[in-house]
Amino acid sequence: MNKPLPKLTLKDFASDQEVRWCPGCGDYAILKTIQKLMPELDRPRENHVFVSGIGCSSRFPYYMNTYGFHTIHGRAPAIATGVKLANPELDVWVITGDGDGFSIGGNHMLHALRRNVDMQVLLFNNEIYGLTKGQYSPTSQQGTRSPSTPQGSIDLPLSPCAVALGAGGTFIARSIDTEAKHLSAVVAKGHAHSGTAFIEILQNCPIYNDGVFEQVKDKKIAPDFRVEVEHGRPIVFGKEQEKGIVLNRETLQLEVVTVAGNEDRLLVHDETNKAQAQLLAAMAGPDYPVAVGVLYREDKASFIADVHSQVNAAREQSASLQELLHSGHTWTVD
Amino acid sequence: MELAEEKLDEHHLDAKEVVDVVVRFAGDSGDGMQLTGSNFTQATALYGNDLSTFPDFPAEIRAPVGATFGVSAFQIYFGAEDVTTAGDELDVLVAMNPAALVTNLHNLIDGGLIIVDSGAFTAKNLAKAKYQSNPLEDDSLQGFRVLDIDISQQVLTAVEPFGLGHKDALRCKNMWTLGLVMWLFDRDRTPTIESLQKKFANKQQIADANIAALNAGHAYGETAELPAGIHVYKVPKAKVAPGTYRNITGTTALAWGLITGAELADIDLLFASYPITPASNLLHELANRKQFRVNTFQAEDEIAAVCAAMGASFAGSLGVTSSAGPGIALKAEGMALAAASELPLVIVNTQRGGPSTGLPTKTEQSDLNMALFGRHGDTPMPVISSSTSTDCFEVAIEAVRIATKYMTPVMLLSDGYLANAAEPWQIPDVGSFESFPVQHHQEAEGFKPSLRDDRTLARVWPKPGTPGMEHRIGGIERSFETGDISYDPANHQKMTDLRKAKVDGIADDIPPQEVCLGNPGGKLAVVGWGSTFGAIHQAVKRARAEGLDVSHIQVRYLSPLPKNLGELLSQFDAVLIPEMNTGQFVRLVRSEYLIDADGLNKVAGQPFKIGEILAAIHQKYHELEGNP
Repeated sequence: MNKPLPKLTLKDFASDQEVRWCPGCGDYAILKTIQKLMPELDRPRENHVFVSGIGCSSRFPYYMNTYGFHTIHGRAPAIATGVKLANPELDVWVITGDGDGFSIGGNHMLHALRRNVDMQVLLFNNEIYGLTKGQYSPTSQQGTRSPSTPQGSIDLPLSPCAVALGAGGTFIARSIDTEAKHLSAVVAKGHAHSGTAFIEILQNCPIYNDGVFEQVKDKKIAPDFRVEVEHGRPIVFGKEQEKGIVLNRETLQLEVVTVAGNEDRLLVHDETNKAQAQLLAAMAGPDYPVAVGVLYREDKASFIADVHSQVNAAREQSASLQELLHSGHTWTVD
Repeated sequence: MELAEEKLDEHHLDAKEVVDVVVRFAGDSGDGMQLTGSNFTQATALYGNDLSTFPDFPAEIRAPVGATFGVSAFQIYFGAEDVTTAGDELDVLVAMNPAALVTNLHNLIDGGLIIVDSGAFTAKNLAKAKYQSNPLEDDSLQGFRVLDIDISQQVLTAVEPFGLGHKDALRCKNMWTLGLVMWLFDRDRTPTIESLQKKFANKQQIADANIAALNAGHAYGETAELPAGIHVYKVPKAKVAPGTYRNITGTTALAWGLITGAELADIDLLFASYPITPASNLLHELANRKQFRVNTFQAEDEIAAVCAAMGASFAGSLGVTSSAGPGIALKAEGMALAAASELPLVIVNTQRGGPSTGLPTKTEQSDLNMALFGRHGDTPMPVISSSTSTDCFEVAIEAVRIATKYMTPVMLLSDGYLANAAEPWQIPDVGSFESFPVQHHQEAEGFKPSLRDDRTLARVWPKPGTPGMEHRIGGIERSFETGDISYDPANHQKMTDLRKAKVDGIADDIPPQEVCLGNPGGKLAVVGWGSTFGAIHQAVKRARAEGLDVSHIQVRYLSPLPKNLGELLSQFDAVLIPEMNTGQFVRLVRSEYLIDADGLNKVAGQPFKIGEILAAIHQKYHELEGNP
């Protein structure tokens, strides 16, 4: 690869397929951001492979002018693992949703995180099932009224980032569909990470769950309901950055305080601190702001790297089929 | 047809020389019977007999000591003529405890030899085997030759110099017994001694004790005064074609076939699997062979295994996955995606007794319907089967060839019997195989993922990482013209027809069906597929020796079927199809060719006996000759 890569633009990453999401869907914004980010990642276009499962978000690969495989419900992480095992040179992306990734495909997600396969998982979380017409999902708030839960959903939702941390994920981040700059930066960091980079994207479904993330998205009120965490910086939020997060060392819980008078106690974000990441991932309204940014990052050899070092070591041995077939006890009849 | 059995009358232990012998080693699952059997197999192969083995073990890893359900057995049939089954009745039964005796005695021929460890016939063990009185002391074993030896005591004495604890010392019982049986059939102990040295390389004391026990068992035979009618038996060497041979199980043959297939296709292979009995050994074998173009992946579940394999195929390698019945059921959705997206994939099904968990360690052929029809949508898929342990090698290569040439998932049917059974294999010359190198699509100009070969109808196989061929495929119906998503009604009709035509067309690329024994027409054809081969072959051979007009046809390609099969079967007055299921292939033959074929069905977790098939041949023949 001595030849410099041709300079590509957003257009080079847009396929000729007509985009078929509902008008106003958050997926449009995410698609645009990713297409725009692609040239900046400075990788040959042909090395990108987007793998998806089933659901609205999983149509994503059709719109990317890269290699893409739209597969079956929940299985994208497993298929992507096979792609990466077969060719570690490829840049593998998994596009999934809250139902695809954490309901029908929960097991694969768990193991893709635990194994630390070298790939990026973009989980579009709209807290609802879109393509099957509006049933509640494993991330829907309790009490969500949907065609399958007309009296309100009973089961408690899971937090994708908290589960990803629990599963042993080594890069856990959260962003928002319409926050292009933030999303782009977070995804770029995930791409640079060796291992499974898990990025939850809060995404609005204007048809079945409109406004569910309004508090964290609405420019007017969002400053009070979301906090952008950055490694090495104190965790502060609010219109005037007047509020901050501290750790109560007695209860081991986070607390919201006013910055004034608490400057020395403010929690400084350390993205390599797993215990802290767990507390940040669990923060939810109305008592806490929702944390966005890279919540956790751990440098660790990826599964793919370790697998291939085993394979490469094995390949140094002689590989004669004839020898294999004659190995062990044989006898000759004249 | 009704399952009946005919006694075969060639077994006898009166003579000093016998044509063939069936020996079964049976004991507790912790008694080391499988190891004993495989060492005896080795020695027998090196001696020059033809042979076939049948490891028959319970699902429990270590069942309670002395329990009848915990009996683990290893059966070997060896002789001077071609041996294709593990034998019907036993000539020699080695029973390490009362449970092993009570569960196997019914298969011993009259006058057969029983070797028992009388030390294990304690009141407690007798009660566990539900014996009212000690069979060694009453006259219930009168019709047999009985060699009752306090093997436990003999072993303790033999290994005393090595200072092992009581428990460890007793664990050498199996080697003592092996030594005695080796004496009985004049086998060489050297390879067993070598393998014990190797196995216990870091535990010299254990190695020495086991070797001492082996030698002591052998010496016992030589020196002890044995009851009348027990002596060394000579089993003449088999007349076999010149060449170099080895023993091989179906699992190893299949693994090596996949490795060879990858070499011939000039492609990397990813074997992704999830452990399940009796398929797991395939993963173990391949995991040790990464010096070849093979990588293995133990997935988190069956679905992930088929999906990771398919992902590898999308990336330009060949994905292979493997399981047994229940696991294959879980892979069904993945297989259909491979068919829809036209990616190569090999699915190995090592069948076991079903439904559900069924009989995990026992053999059956009851997944044929699932293999042929067990997918949603109109999803044709080639299905091929192996007939013997050694045949697994060639069939695995064939599965790789068809999958890569036709860009299709292929199911390979094996079963628990083939997987574990070993037989001698004339090692082929690898250089003699025809290669079938895969051509990934290279021409970016005019590329579309829907391009296909006019003759095979196979879709092109572009490899991610190749510039200019970026494309998307998936499970949504694809346009015949462009490969893009298409919901067009006419296109779906066209694509459905195309998928069928592609698989049907493979019939032009497989050998015509041959008759493997007998004439290509006549009174009766006995048609088999899979592991029933051995028993059918022997039964037809015996029937023909009696002068009956019977032929044996063994079908490897189950979908598509060989083009001449219908025509060939119509040349016979009657067709008999023995299967270890309730009649799945016979139903296919009847519906496909409108032939009034009869089934002979057995689902007992055990392979067919030769006598059972021979009885059915006699009955059918009787009917054909106008007798009711």
